[in-house]
Amino acid sequence: MALLSLEHLTRRFGGIVAVDSVTFDVADGEIVGLIGPNGAGKTTVFNLITRLYSPNDGEIAFDGSSLLRTPPHGVVKRGIARTFQNVELFGSMTVLEHVLMGRHARRGRGARELIEYTGLSGLAHRDARELPYGVQKRVELARALASGPRLLLLDEPAGGLNHEEVQELGSRIRHLRDDFELTILLVEHHMGLVMGIADRVHVLDFGVLIATGTPAEVQNDQAVIEAYLGTA
Amino acid sequence: MPLAFDWTQLAQQTVIGLSSGGTWALLALALVLIYRSTGVVNFAQGEMAMFSTFIAWSLVDHGLSYWTAFALTIAISFGGGFAVERVVIRPVERAPVLTVVIVTIGLFFVFNGAARWHWSTETRTLPNAFSTRPIHVAGVAFSIQDLGNIAVSLGMVLLLWLLFRFTKLGLALRAAAVNPGESRLVGIRVSWMLAIGWGLAAAMGGVAGMLAAPALASFDQTFMQPVLLYAFAGAVLGGLDSPLGAVVGSLLLGVFINLIGNYVGWVGNVLKLPVALAVILGVLLVRPEGIFGRPRVRKV
Repeated sequence: MALLSLEHLTRRFGGIVAVDSVTFDVADGEIVGLIGPNGAGKTTVFNLITRLYSPNDGEIAFDGSSLLRTPPHGVVKRGIARTFQNVELFGSMTVLEHVLMGRHARRGRGARELIEYTGLSGLAHRDARELPYGVQKRVELARALASGPRLLLLDEPAGGLNHEEVQELGSRIRHLRDDFELTILLVEHHMGLVMGIADRVHVLDFGVLIATGTPAEVQNDQAVIEAYLGTA
Repeated sequence: MPLAFDWTQLAQQTVIGLSSGGTWALLALALVLIYRSTGVVNFAQGEMAMFSTFIAWSLVDHGLSYWTAFALTIAISFGGGFAVERVVIRPVERAPVLTVVIVTIGLFFVFNGAARWHWSTETRTLPNAFSTRPIHVAGVAFSIQDLGNIAVSLGMVLLLWLLFRFTKLGLALRAAAVNPGESRLVGIRVSWMLAIGWGLAAAMGGVAGMLAAPALASFDQTFMQPVLLYAFAGAVLGGLDSPLGAVVGSLLLGVFINLIGNYVGWVGNVLKLPVALAVILGVLLVRPEGIFGRPRVRKV
């Protein structure tokens, strides 16, 4: 059964159609990759799902009912949490406070347990913004998990990480799904990572969904190859 | 006449300075609370505090004790500040800063006019919250009123700090102030937090007014205007975005202005306000972020 489904979702900014009648779904328990060249509209899709933007047209359904009647601050309560492409933290707050913040509207596992799970023990009382980038990403993840989400949206989790860290990230995301019984939708530029862990992949180009399938199918799709490499 | 120097006098004048500085600190905190969450200085903060003080006066006039009126006024001020945000500020929430500033200047006149209309312009007096009898500490006589003012101011600061540091609401208020977008995603109703911030600011201002009024022989609708200026100077000195700075800056300023008014003959009572303005100007020229504020750094 689809946990999340987008139907003819459209969002325009002035004359630009950032998301153009996109339809896809994410089944319960899946890891789904959302890929595409720069400016394809991936992050806009995330912003639409989390209600930071409202669509001009189309429908988003979560767990059988529309998300569009849910106000932005109500999204987390329905069980959707996200991380950001550029880490978004709160100034002058400790790691522990960030995780407690995640539990504001809906509670998952305890803050201490999550801090341990994400390898942040010993940093709980440090100002989060003074920590290295890779560690900040884990703070963001711990905060997202703290609300006990059903759907986790990860926006470029591999961004800014080195080769080894990316390898590790792949298995970490799988464990995350199993340990927390999550469904994960992931925007990612790092093809190796997406192809390694995703059950299914949706490909966007200029706001249009050009392909859907397993990683292997998508990799051999002519439209996808053209979108990434350009036509000869 | 400037005072001749002696240590007893210096100790007394320092406490008197801390007493008025403590009052300014509460109003300065109110300014900082709103500045941090909206980036706007609320020019009506002093007049809202004046209005609160007149409400307290009415309650006392109806036979309530000072402290009962004090508690009730805090609650009424909170509700009033909350309502002002919902009704007046919310429609201009996304407008440029200048628009919001002009709305707060409009509020200044609305509160001032409403108070004149309802209570008339005759002067009033509020009873002293504390005894004016002195107590002797190490041979120096301090007025209980001054010490009481300092205690109430610092007590309010402490309560506010506890709220922000140790409660879920406080955490949400801080989060909404520093990162509204992300706050929504963790389920915080940011616009309610702004309204609660206005409510808290109005309550703090109300306390400042209720402490400032009894110290005056009598007061009318203009009595908070100099206090607003001093509070503004204190907040700028400490750093407009730092609550701790607002408190420390106001206390320092209180002591400084009281000492300079007493020991420097040509400043006396009449030039205290210009000294406060000079402090604002000096800080803005030399260290615009104040003592505790963070300098603004922009990535380019």
